[in-house]
Amino acid sequence: MATAISNRLEVLKTYKIYIGGQFPRTESGRFYSPVSPSGKKLANVCLCSRKDFRDAVVSARGAFGGWSGRAAFNRSQILYRMAEMLEGRKAQFMEELVLQGSSKSNAEKEVNLATDRLIYYAGWCDKFQQLFSAVNPVASSHFNFSVPEPTGVVSIIAPQGDSLLGLVSVIAPVIAGGNTCIVLASETKPLCSVTFAEVLHSSDLPSGVVNILTGMPSELIPHFVDHMDVNAMIYCEKVPAVQKTIREKSANNLKRIHFYDNINWNTDAGQSPYFIQDCQEIKTTWHPVENIAGAGGGY
Amino acid sequence: MTGKGPQTTLPDFSISPRIDQVGVEERASRFTKRSIKNETKMNGLKLVLNMIDLTTLEGKDTAGKVKQLCYKAMHPHDAVPGIPTVAAVCVYPSMVSIAKKALEGSGIKVASVATAFPSGQASRAIKIADVKYAVQQGADEVDMVISRGKFHEGEYNFVFDEIAAVKEACGEARLKVILETGELGTYDKVRRASDIAMYAGADFIKTSTGKIQPAATMPVTLVMLEAIRDFYYKTGKMIGMKPAGGISKSKLALHYLVMVKEVLGDDWLNNHWFRFGASSLANDVLMQIVRAKTGLYQSANYFSAD
Repeated sequence: MATAISNRLEVLKTYKIYIGGQFPRTESGRFYSPVSPSGKKLANVCLCSRKDFRDAVVSARGAFGGWSGRAAFNRSQILYRMAEMLEGRKAQFMEELVLQGSSKSNAEKEVNLATDRLIYYAGWCDKFQQLFSAVNPVASSHFNFSVPEPTGVVSIIAPQGDSLLGLVSVIAPVIAGGNTCIVLASETKPLCSVTFAEVLHSSDLPSGVVNILTGMPSELIPHFVDHMDVNAMIYCEKVPAVQKTIREKSANNLKRIHFYDNINWNTDAGQSPYFIQDCQEIKTTWHPVENIAGAGGGY
Repeated sequence: MTGKGPQTTLPDFSISPRIDQVGVEERASRFTKRSIKNETKMNGLKLVLNMIDLTTLEGKDTAGKVKQLCYKAMHPHDAVPGIPTVAAVCVYPSMVSIAKKALEGSGIKVASVATAFPSGQASRAIKIADVKYAVQQGADEVDMVISRGKFHEGEYNFVFDEIAAVKEACGEARLKVILETGELGTYDKVRRASDIAMYAGADFIKTSTGKIQPAATMPVTLVMLEAIRDFYYKTGKMIGMKPAGGISKSKLALHYLVMVKEVLGDDWLNNHWFRFGASSLANDVLMQIVRAKTGLYQSANYFSAD
């Protein structure tokens, strides 16, 4: 019996990428092999190319209309569902975090925190609008109000350190606000990101809302910031040279850029409605009204 | 192939060549695997743009919409110099005079659908009147639909005579015959309908109205191109080809060009003999041209909608 078990070939998982609700391999056919801190090879992971990113932008743009048009309450339900699915796969995520060098207790803490963070943003989905909206006093007979609207397609370079928590912390506020995104997972710790894509896939999240790529930031960042159909970019590392490149290239289409380079995702500082606001545009509407005083207060 | 009487050269359409479905689909897929270098790609993109019949065929079309489309036809993207115009604007007969006026002096043709487009379910008299009205309004080209119902009933003579009658009504205008391959069902029938149309006087054969799915596909277009080739070998007469519907990406359009070149040769690689019936293809081609020039992937936000 014992020999029968040891003869069994282990079924290893193929870590593929997530574009438009599908799990393709990179079109480039390339891969790389990240290693654990102890030097053990973790897996073969797709080394994504410019064209994978382009395909991801196409699907993110395609998904934007539907996602941003959903009722905020429905977005909230879906984020909550993501948390449910994540909770159900807790053991798998912990195992991957441990493989990537985390201690068991830290791994458990990270998965719990990631789940809680999704629920945190699920709660904000239909509430941040009230917080960031305003009725403005104007000196003419107009009803003047400002409301936030999602920026559009957001490209994100996920935090390199926190494989799961970092990923969740940057994705959740962006999609809670009605944007769609393309995320590049941590280069050295990509396992959780691919498994997280499977969570998204089973969470009623429409395809294309979140697209997850794996590969080298050094290769892909120029493309993430160059693309004219990307409206905002998020970068989480404190590398001045890269930040400078991003600032310069984003000028092509006036992308919004945000550097989350000083945030400890493990604390409460890693969650805030202001992360949602970062990818919102304020639209102000001037709505003509009768001269209220003159009309005798019929308003 | 030919009939018994010495005076006729018409083939018996019921014995048009049979098509090997697997072979055609395999052959068509090969055209998508050619390596195209950057400079060739740029020339190809410009050629694709220059072959487009920019089309609006909707119940909600207005004079304003047609004028706007005509402007787009003449000025696809003025931000980049050296971009060609499209080949033609394709509209309903009621919009022909508006398009004709808007395109005056530009060299861009006006094509009009006719013959009770898209179903073709009307009497011969009405269809002919429809064609004559379009031509009288100034259409340079007429896109007719064949009677698919009669074709399925095996009434090939009816279909043939109808095309011939429409051709006569066209006068100087070039006639494109829409087979509506999505309703024909098999490659054999596509081939047979192509043969009928060409012998009956078509100047172009066209896959689809764009109202039925599937519309143009590469295998169906290949079958039609081969029919054109065989017809050319037999009669020495060149016939144009127009795939329409479902071609919205530049890459796919380039694959079609590869197919035309490899099946018919360079003589057909111009807008006198090959057209794309499309509306959204134009913007995708423009975006690819600008990307090639700037190195930046483009956004639809920076291109006029129509």
